[in-house]
Amino acid sequence: MASETTITTSGYIKHHLQNLTFGEKQIESTTGTWSPTGEWGFASSAQEATQMGFWSINVDTMLLSILLGALMMWFFRGVAKTVSADVPTPVQNFAEMIIEFINNTVRGSFSGGKNELVAPLALTIFVWVFLMNLMDLIPVDLLPMAVAQGASALFGADPHHVYFKVVPSTDPNATMGMALVVFGLMLYYSFKIKGTAGFLAELSFEPFGKWALPINLVLETVTLLAKPFSLGLRLFGNMYAGEMVFILIATMYSASLVLGSLAGLLQIGWAIFHILIIMLQAFIFMVLTIVYIDMAHQHH
Amino acid sequence: MNINATLIGQAIAFLLFIGFCMKYVWPPIMQALDDRKKKIADGLAAAERGKHEQELAEKRAQQVIHEAKEQANEIISQAQRRGNEIVDESKDSARVEGDRILTSAKAEIEQEANRAKDELRSQVGSVALAGAAKILGREIDDKAHTDLLEELVSRI
Repeated sequence: MASETTITTSGYIKHHLQNLTFGEKQIESTTGTWSPTGEWGFASSAQEATQMGFWSINVDTMLLSILLGALMMWFFRGVAKTVSADVPTPVQNFAEMIIEFINNTVRGSFSGGKNELVAPLALTIFVWVFLMNLMDLIPVDLLPMAVAQGASALFGADPHHVYFKVVPSTDPNATMGMALVVFGLMLYYSFKIKGTAGFLAELSFEPFGKWALPINLVLETVTLLAKPFSLGLRLFGNMYAGEMVFILIATMYSASLVLGSLAGLLQIGWAIFHILIIMLQAFIFMVLTIVYIDMAHQHH
Repeated sequence: MNINATLIGQAIAFLLFIGFCMKYVWPPIMQALDDRKKKIADGLAAAERGKHEQELAEKRAQQVIHEAKEQANEIISQAQRRGNEIVDESKDSARVEGDRILTSAKAEIEQEANRAKDELRSQVGSVALAGAAKILGREIDDKAHTDLLEELVSRI
């Protein structure tokens, strides 16, 4: 992103992996300690973003994920408004294909009886995560460059310090946020279906019976907590790694003509392979969510 | 890569999208899919019914054709019978007519014969008279003997 003289490969990579963070501006003293300035604004370095602490927000992640989510809802709402049982239009056909697919998956994996939430939840997860992952296929520099140039033209910002991470699912906040909601739903249905006593009994008396209660409790709690973590971190890890490979390939372009052409081939190959990954990760996130909520419905 | 309030923002956005999808997207589309399923099932059932009815109609048509053929056969045999009868009748009537003609012809012939006999008889009388007159000469009174001859003629 920086000018030819100052750019380094590691700087380029780090720049790409930094979110556009909005929070209370921090300033570094000469002794290396950070202190808040009381002003609010965008972090101009990775260290500053870290120092902003919990009460800061990754604007790029939020913006893109909400934009993609709104796009998804706009599309499906448009279909739902004009939907008819007669011969479907091509657009309706496409939406129905997705919905049939989700519905079949839910029916195959979810055995908890009638539940109004699971299928729409699965649809939202699948399409939203897919769209967020899909951002990975946009050339790595296109949107960050556009945003940086736009910010410098409109607000006079230094384009070297305008960060923009295009793929929301490479931000652990996004994936863990979704996993937390799933976790909340799991707990909700566990308490609702099994009752407080039933749920606590399940945590306490399995797998080793009532005489090993403390061990059971530790094991079951770990099992329970591992679910949202594995859910969120799996998606994050896969997408982060995929994005990293794209960035590494992108660094080859400036190396030489030979390496550059090789990078072109590599990028095409990785992008084609990545189509599979983004689909698969969206599907896995959806299926695991269905399975977890199904488990919350099961009596032992 | 810092965990910050984005986590909460994302969770809220996610919940809102789920809620929207659950309320405004899933039910109408699912309803349409179910309606279409029902429509297709109805259509298939109607097709099945139509097929069944067609089979029945074909059976009925076959029956009608069969009946018509039988009737036609009957009519033909009746006609043949009638034709034979007519031929027989005409044969009979021809025979009767022939007989009648024969009888009348015979009667006529007889009549004719009788008439010829009569004439002959009358001529025989006169010839006999003439012959007798010649034999007897002139003595015979024409008038007196005519009655005698008449009697003779009538007796022949």
